[in-house]
Amino acid sequence: MNTLFFTLHDFMVHTKGVTYLIMGGILVALPLFWWFLTERDDEN
Amino acid sequence: MTDNGGQTVRKLWTPFNVIVGIILAVGGVLTLMRFTQGIGAVTNLDNNNPWGVWIGFDLLCGVALAAGGYVTSAACYIFGLKRYHSAVRPAILTAFLGYALVVLALHYDVGRPWRLPYPIFVSQGTSSLLFEVGLCVFLYLTVLFIEFTPAAFEWLGLKKIRAVVVKLTLILTIFGVVLSTLHQSSLGALFMIAPSKLHPLWYSNYLPVYFFISSMFAGMSMVIFESTLAHRYLSRHMDDTHHRQAFGVAMGFAKAAAFVMVGYLSVKLVGIAIDGHWQYLTTGWGMWYLVEVIGCVALPAVLFAMGVREKNLKFVRWAAAWTVFGIVLNRLNISMIAFNYHLPSDQRYFPSIMEIGTSVFIVTLGIVIYRFVTTRMPVLHEHPDYPAH
Repeated sequence: MNTLFFTLHDFMVHTKGVTYLIMGGILVALPLFWWFLTERDDEN
Repeated sequence: MTDNGGQTVRKLWTPFNVIVGIILAVGGVLTLMRFTQGIGAVTNLDNNNPWGVWIGFDLLCGVALAAGGYVTSAACYIFGLKRYHSAVRPAILTAFLGYALVVLALHYDVGRPWRLPYPIFVSQGTSSLLFEVGLCVFLYLTVLFIEFTPAAFEWLGLKKIRAVVVKLTLILTIFGVVLSTLHQSSLGALFMIAPSKLHPLWYSNYLPVYFFISSMFAGMSMVIFESTLAHRYLSRHMDDTHHRQAFGVAMGFAKAAAFVMVGYLSVKLVGIAIDGHWQYLTTGWGMWYLVEVIGCVALPAVLFAMGVREKNLKFVRWAAAWTVFGIVLNRLNISMIAFNYHLPSDQRYFPSIMEIGTSVFIVTLGIVIYRFVTTRMPVLHEHPDYPAH
């Protein structure tokens, strides 16, 4: 967590890398949550 | 005294009327003090904390919670979800009163009410976000007023002018959505001017996005919350359509709110990641941040989802009230609690009892006017002479 950065470039590579990973997770999580929300719609 | 007279006296002296009467009387005195003795006489504001609870609660929370107006009318008239039609008028009324009271509260903070038109008509600060907010609130308040007038015209029996205004519904709705997008986000952008004052966990380049997205689920939750209260206390003024559609409205809005809340959490997560602020999460402020984000967004989102899956209205209503509380907490965190977080405690702001009293007075005024309107005009029921538009 407390990674030491010496240049702005290092910082941005790190934070953007983490952000891309999170966005990948979100791309998977949001449809799953939508499925969880609407799964029982057809039953009713 | 006659029986009728006795009945009138009994009806007047209800607990609600007595409490409201006391609050309004105290509010009247506070108003007099504020406008005759100056802002220093009633507030704890100072040069470090020029914005207090009147801005943090009355304005920021008022605008966010009034978002139900644009959300509901957009769902009904733009997306064509007519099954939410019965929720439109109460939502528009709440939004109109919300914005009107925001302007009223702003008078207390700014003072000199006769100068209200100056930023729009006399001296425009076009490079200022406050100008944009002021212009949008001015225009949107006008839009909401016009959107609500059909109910008043039906009450007054003015058929012709009502028919003209009803034809404007779609354009007014589009205008309302555009204006709301602008000023909801701009209220967040206002705090971007203070990166050194707002705690890094709350400060972000995405503040306008946070404010706009959170206004959507704030509005939806407020519609459900308000409907809950209306069903409890104003049920006799509702018609069958309202009663019949209430469950569908609550479920539909709960589903949308849950999904938008998860989207909001996603953007918040991206905000933390892109700024590299993970280390703050383990501090005391981080715990408080997690209370807000997990305790008052993630958990109610799950409760909304559970309510929708189980078709459980109680879950949905509790989740709505919880979300409304979460929005209030978020706006107070940004404007007061996490603002000036670095100052020593003796220089931190805490509202005076008179500031809180004024806010209570303004909210009470809103409740009284809402009650007055809904018990007289066709808001919670449809007027038999006019088909739904």
